Amino acid sequence: MLGFLARRFVWFLLTVWVVVTVSFFLMRAVRGGPFSNERSLHPAIEANLQARYHLDWPLWKQYLQYLGPFELSDTGPEALGGDGTDRFGGLLAGDLGPSFKYRDFSVNDIIRQSLPISVALGSLALVFALVLGLGAGILSALYRGRGADVWIRLAATLGIALPNFVIASFLILAFVFVLPLFPVAGWGTLAHLVLPSFALGAPFAAYISRLTRTGMLEVLSNDYIRTAHAKGVPPLRVLWRHALKGGLLPVVSYLGPATAGILTGSLVIEKVFAIPGTGSHFVNSALNRDYTLAMGVTILYTVLVYGLNLVVDVAYSVLDPRIELEDA
Amino acid sequence: MPGVSVTPPPLSPPSHARRLRTVGPAPGRWRRWAALAGLALVAAFFVRIALAARLSRADLVINNGTEIASLDPATVTGVPEGRVMRAIFEGLVAKHPRTLAPLPGMAERWELSPDGRTYTFHLRPSNRWSNGDAFTAHDFHFSWERLLRPMTAAEYAYLAWSILGAEAYTLLDPDDLYAGTEALTSVALEQLAPGRVRLAPTAFALAHAVGAAPGDRPAVGAALDVGAPLWTLAGRAAPSPLAGRVLARGDAHVELEVDENAVRNALAAGRLANDEDWRATAFSFVGVRVIDDYTLEVELHSPTPYFLGLTGFYPFFPVHRGSIERAREEFPSTWQVEWLDPSRLVTNGPFRVSERRINDRIRLVKNERYWDAERVAMRSIDVLAVESYVTMLNLYLTGEVDWIDRIASNLVPRLLKRQDFQPEPYLGTYFYRVNVTRPPLNDVRVRRALALAIPRLDVVEKIVKAGQLPNFSMMPHGVTGYAKPEMEHAPRGSGIAEADAFRRDCDEARRLLAEAGFAGGAGLRTIVINYNTSEAHRDIAEVLAASWKNELGIDVKLENQEWKVYLDTQRTLDFDLSRSAWIGDYDDPNTFSELWVTGGDNNRTGWGDERYDDLIHRAAREADPKERMRLLVQAEEVLMEELPILPIYTYVTQNVVNPRLGGFYENSRDEHFMKWFYWRDDAELEEFRSSLPAGLERVPAPGPTEGQYPPAGRDAVVR
Repeated sequence: MLGFLARRFVWFLLTVWVVVTVSFFLMRAVRGGPFSNERSLHPAIEANLQARYHLDWPLWKQYLQYLGPFELSDTGPEALGGDGTDRFGGLLAGDLGPSFKYRDFSVNDIIRQSLPISVALGSLALVFALVLGLGAGILSALYRGRGADVWIRLAATLGIALPNFVIASFLILAFVFVLPLFPVAGWGTLAHLVLPSFALGAPFAAYISRLTRTGMLEVLSNDYIRTAHAKGVPPLRVLWRHALKGGLLPVVSYLGPATAGILTGSLVIEKVFAIPGTGSHFVNSALNRDYTLAMGVTILYTVLVYGLNLVVDVAYSVLDPRIELEDA
Repeated sequence: MPGVSVTPPPLSPPSHARRLRTVGPAPGRWRRWAALAGLALVAAFFVRIALAARLSRADLVINNGTEIASLDPATVTGVPEGRVMRAIFEGLVAKHPRTLAPLPGMAERWELSPDGRTYTFHLRPSNRWSNGDAFTAHDFHFSWERLLRPMTAAEYAYLAWSILGAEAYTLLDPDDLYAGTEALTSVALEQLAPGRVRLAPTAFALAHAVGAAPGDRPAVGAALDVGAPLWTLAGRAAPSPLAGRVLARGDAHVELEVDENAVRNALAAGRLANDEDWRATAFSFVGVRVIDDYTLEVELHSPTPYFLGLTGFYPFFPVHRGSIERAREEFPSTWQVEWLDPSRLVTNGPFRVSERRINDRIRLVKNERYWDAERVAMRSIDVLAVESYVTMLNLYLTGEVDWIDRIASNLVPRLLKRQDFQPEPYLGTYFYRVNVTRPPLNDVRVRRALALAIPRLDVVEKIVKAGQLPNFSMMPHGVTGYAKPEMEHAPRGSGIAEADAFRRDCDEARRLLAEAGFAGGAGLRTIVINYNTSEAHRDIAEVLAASWKNELGIDVKLENQEWKVYLDTQRTLDFDLSRSAWIGDYDDPNTFSELWVTGGDNNRTGWGDERYDDLIHRAAREADPKERMRLLVQAEEVLMEELPILPIYTYVTQNVVNPRLGGFYENSRDEHFMKWFYWRDDAELEEFRSSLPAGLERVPAPGPTEGQYPPAGRDAVVR
């Protein structure tokens, strides 16, 4: 197990480095820069801005500067008229740099402010997805071929087919304008969370219900379930003790990608419901050519997705004895 | 996935024994519960964190459309930024919310010298910063120096260049500073007689740089005239030990009457060798002078009719020196961000910032130390950063937001029937840039043909639909004191059907095209319209393309680009026709006409004309306002003859406003002042509704039914 984790960690570092490098050079290769605007800057003023963020350096040097804490400046941090504008420690120092667009914030500040919001939204969405998906999937499997099953499968198909912002629109129409139960958008109270996390979780709930149904059907047809029934174990107990475990395995393996999907998929929902999470930065930073923020958010998601997959792998080995994590 | 081997699922269930071994002694039951409970706990934990910063609803909630770039008035540009700046800072003058006429701000009164070049502002001695510090003329001196200094990298610094010597100050090359420093430290000092020294010219690279600046402003060098008092060389570090007089001035040297020991001492102490001092010296050439604590004198290089209004524009707002310097000591490497933190930011306007969460809201609270606090009604304001058009409209319709500033164009016809949507034209113009360096667009006849065959009425009535005005000029409608000339076209107006006029324009366009050798579009290559991705821009481009195809036989291709790519295409002149717009910064033709001078930063058409440049140049130096306007009209006549741009329409405002909100007026700059906002009581609300055009749909007006008026009473509001 330890060996497995250690190897995973090495891979993790390698992955992050590749992601950083590729996205750094991709970002810079895109046309337009952080300071291009409808109102052109005076060349002298633009040169000053470029110099402040070291955009006048050759690319390799900027790259090292981003990775570093390296002392690369010829004139030291006081280069710009001695007002100490060089305040970027570098990635290895845990500093993601100043945001080019939101000049009153560092990227670290922005992530610190917005990530808990996205995680709150995402974890609630995951709870929705699990509770609804598992419940519907189990019901569906138990009532296979009957009315409930048909309806649930129909709903699941819809949930998978409809993008979350369409679901969000229907929810807003139904629960804000027809039945005024929830606020239409914004952030601040628990009520603000309900619609967005439901809309965000719905497609995952749909998928989970399908996985659960398939898994449960397979398990329920097994001999040991029949045996359990035969020896007089109450049906609910059979379900809970014997069937669920095997039936849930596909769901567990899906949880990693699902969590990552919920986190990264929240960008549209965040926009529709005006939620100040990390998702909106994911898109806006690229549009604004906010190099540092885009890099920061990309690195963040890389770490999250990688970490979640690791957790799922470990959880899988715990839940399913047939699977072993290779130590070698 | 590396590291995991998944054994193929056996057909039979795993043996009981094996299950026990791996799962361990604990029964699987509680694990499942624990997992669920754990997940719920994690969710609850983060929900708790996320909701910790919960705020109750402010007196007024507005949507600003996006997160603002910064709270620093000197470095921001843009409408959303401007709204916040006007709420938390105030310039020398404020503006009337409807007419935009200058009102007393930090200055209680001002005078203009007879030659129109020197303003004297008298500050109100009772002005205070939000932390209680006294507010003096030094604050403006500091703030404007900061606005102009290159390190601040203020995009709007050029607006202050109408101040004497300011342009040279901004463009002063740091290398000049270092050159000057080196020269001083090496030699450059020659004793002629006791108390009389000669400085070599390199030492005066600075003075030369200032004097010989682009835009021929000789007045700066005048400070070096014989007999003139010498500025303080050592700046802040050594208060005026070097004060002396300039005795003689040659091409290669300056002779000074000064204590040369003081100079030598200063050099030895390195006091002359830092650019702060040089900057201080250089800024003494700029026409911003503190006469006493409450008197500020501003000398312009030539009469600038719009300058007074500019002092009410946010780049000219003051910043608090004390808090910047404190942040600098406390946070040596991050002070540029730290002084803007809501807990440290000191402001001088009607409101101050109490909280800020990125992409969510800025909470403003009333600044009780503001000089006119008696007339500020709102105690708290939330400024939201909602970007989605649909979401902001939903927020407005559910009463959670009181003012939104834009709507999707497909909703315009429905909203026009409501009492809360009253669009008015403002100083913004929608046009296409033409790349005049590319054939066939280098032929003015082709450009004229294209400009004539634009169905402007279709565009405004069928696409944008909110009452935009068809425009035949660069300048939008409504620039004060300016009778804008139009490009040559068939007359329109009373008694003339638009269809007839447009047909005549198209006939003329066909004639011009034939004259240029492209009769019926024959021999013309496909013209490409570039626009930034947006449905409205695409719809307009389609209408134009269809008209050019049908009327002139020109093939047109549409190409949409992501915003920054589109900007790059425009800057690098990599286009035929490029969708464009310009919103005036102030109510004067100059904010539009300065764009088109040869090689201007915002020209981006490749066009240049000596006649135009000369007229703009002369207008900038003209003291007589009428003559100045005449020159600017002539300049636009040249522009409309040459047509490097194809004018389309004048913008209208898109504000949707809670009818209960008083003190809000549509105006020619779409500029609004939260200082004057108040809530109408029911009686006044009814009065307001009846003043609107009849037949409009009555809309709800949430808010306090008894109104919310400023402490000075309901008569203190501006109407």
